[in-house]
Amino acid sequence: MSKPEIALLGVNHKTAPVEIRECLTLRNFPDSSPLELLSGIPGIKEAVFLSTCNRVEALVTCQGEDAIESVKQLWLSRSDLNEKKLNQSLYVHRNQEAIRHLFRVAASLDSMVVGEPQILGQIKDAYKKAVEAKATGMILNRLLHKAFSVAKRVRTETRIASHAVSISYAAVELARKIFGDLYGKTAMLIGAGEMAELAAQHLKTNGVKGLIVANRTLSRAVNLARDLGGKPISLDEVDQALVDVDIVISSTGAPDIILTRDRVKKIMRPRRHNLLFFIDIAVPRDIDPKVNDIENVYLYDIDDLKGIVEFNKAEREKEAARAERIVESEVIKFLSWMESLDIVPVIQRIQQKGEEIRQRELSRSKKCLKGLTAEQEKALDVMTRSIVQKLLSDPIIFLKKNVSPENNKQLLDITSKLFGLNERDGREK
Amino acid sequence: MHKFLFQLAVFTYLLATAGFLVHIITLKKGVEKTATAFLAAGFCLHTASVVMRWIAAGHPPMVNLHESLSLFSWATVAAYLAFQWRLRVKALGAFVTPIATVIMAASSMQQKDILPLTPALKSIWLPIHASICLMADAVLLMAFCLAGMYLMQERQIKGKKLGAVFKRLPSLQTLDAMSGLCLKIGFPLLTLGIVTGSIWAEQAWGSYWSWDPKETWSLITWFVYAALLHQRLAVGWQGRRTAIMTIIGFIVLIFTFLGVSLLLPGAHTYSTWHE
Repeated sequence: MSKPEIALLGVNHKTAPVEIRECLTLRNFPDSSPLELLSGIPGIKEAVFLSTCNRVEALVTCQGEDAIESVKQLWLSRSDLNEKKLNQSLYVHRNQEAIRHLFRVAASLDSMVVGEPQILGQIKDAYKKAVEAKATGMILNRLLHKAFSVAKRVRTETRIASHAVSISYAAVELARKIFGDLYGKTAMLIGAGEMAELAAQHLKTNGVKGLIVANRTLSRAVNLARDLGGKPISLDEVDQALVDVDIVISSTGAPDIILTRDRVKKIMRPRRHNLLFFIDIAVPRDIDPKVNDIENVYLYDIDDLKGIVEFNKAEREKEAARAERIVESEVIKFLSWMESLDIVPVIQRIQQKGEEIRQRELSRSKKCLKGLTAEQEKALDVMTRSIVQKLLSDPIIFLKKNVSPENNKQLLDITSKLFGLNERDGREK
Repeated sequence: MHKFLFQLAVFTYLLATAGFLVHIITLKKGVEKTATAFLAAGFCLHTASVVMRWIAAGHPPMVNLHESLSLFSWATVAAYLAFQWRLRVKALGAFVTPIATVIMAASSMQQKDILPLTPALKSIWLPIHASICLMADAVLLMAFCLAGMYLMQERQIKGKKLGAVFKRLPSLQTLDAMSGLCLKIGFPLLTLGIVTGSIWAEQAWGSYWSWDPKETWSLITWFVYAALLHQRLAVGWQGRRTAIMTIIGFIVLIFTFLGVSLLLPGAHTYSTWHE
């Protein structure tokens, strides 16, 4: 019995445009799921199928070259893609390469935005589906769990995910460095836009309690306030509201500055100089840049935030190098586990040991058995050989029969000890 | 024995300082805990050294410059450990511990022999007055450190250069609130220190207040902190301005504590031992 091979075939955002990626999702076939299709291929023992907006990957264990070819054929037969196009964008990783690739994907080192954690959840979902479909076995179970723990190690031991890389996250990160805990703080949206809403959502999930929505047309403010769970006000009431809010996100379409330095300065005394954080994501800007000069007032415009995001992206790249080293060491660990699984070398070593003993004893006995005819010598040879073979045949049959997922390592350990296989190695050294 | 323990404490504080500095640079978890453990161990050694010196001298070791600095450092470490035990302000150790260690080093450079107590100092008010003042100094030193951290962090956020400091220091509001808390504890202690000193003066010299330089400067310090606390509590000042004032207040305080003793002659000088 030969060792199964781990293979990973797929395309991602780097190798293929979305037109090709969507062809490979195997989604539009009501008759059978992608997992069933993969598992149905002869030679494939285990399978996990991952399909996200940035990648489509099939992870399988298989025996023989044909299985990998069959996966390609499956994709070709289930889409309009021609073979040339598929081969151009498809990567096929085997064993070490496949393990490394999976670990890197799980640790978000292969993502479009390095360090974004969503991919791990997606892999977990894909694995759950595969487990439910009973498509996984010993090797992939272990491999996937290992991938999850590698991702966790990378997350805790490097700071790969600790830098905000989107505008709205950067705004929240800043707010937290100004106010500490955002719990119980109040935010105000002036004007409405997609990015402002997104930032408001992030603030709310980080504990911001009160939300005020100011808009030129009050009806729009009312609608938006209802969606976000806030309180609508008109633009005239902004000054009054500024006295009590902590964070202001401005994104009106106004052609000129709507909040001047003097207007903000005036409200600082009634605010009792409480810290005030302005986020101006409007273009052209809504808030006078000089507002940043007022004591205890901090103003960040869209370019400032973009600057932070760019800086953080660079930081993530640096952390990624450390993460790669973690991945590499885990790949090596997994490979050595894979090797320990393999029963063939153990059997070979048992047979080898038997043969060595036979030869040694035979040559020793030959000293006292001089004058044997060639025929007798041959008979002696056959006899000793069959003694060794018959003695070893039951243990070897037992080993082959009992290769099972859970107790394999234990079984091989005991076998090695019973036959003194490791000991012999030691003596040779 | 107390001298040996003292030197051991200095060494342990040095290790703790190194630990806190390594932690703030590398941000490795665990290093901070180790550093705190070293600081706590140093604190125990230091306490033992103070107790043994007290026993050996037969009077509270709060008289000469060596003893005052040593106790100032001791009170600072005590205040820091108590503060972090309850509140956990990150990165604070990297600021307070080096200062406490420098004070220790300064103390260890002074004349360390035990000298007989002058008659004027033989009073129950010596330990009461001196320990209250040293506690006030230690707590206000923490306020100073927190205010310094505030200004550093504020500069980063205002200038939109979010570098290493930004990542490592706590938020502005936390620093401001913690600095304010230290002021609220430190100021009553300072007041009590001046009051007990005045009572003692009446008993020793027959007058509550005699305008010697130490007394004058104590009053100036008290007014600076009183003004600061008034602005904070009544007017609602916070942020940069209060941080700057907290720093100024501490500079005046240190001058009162050391500068007056070393530069201006008067009843409080340690100079009789020093020269």
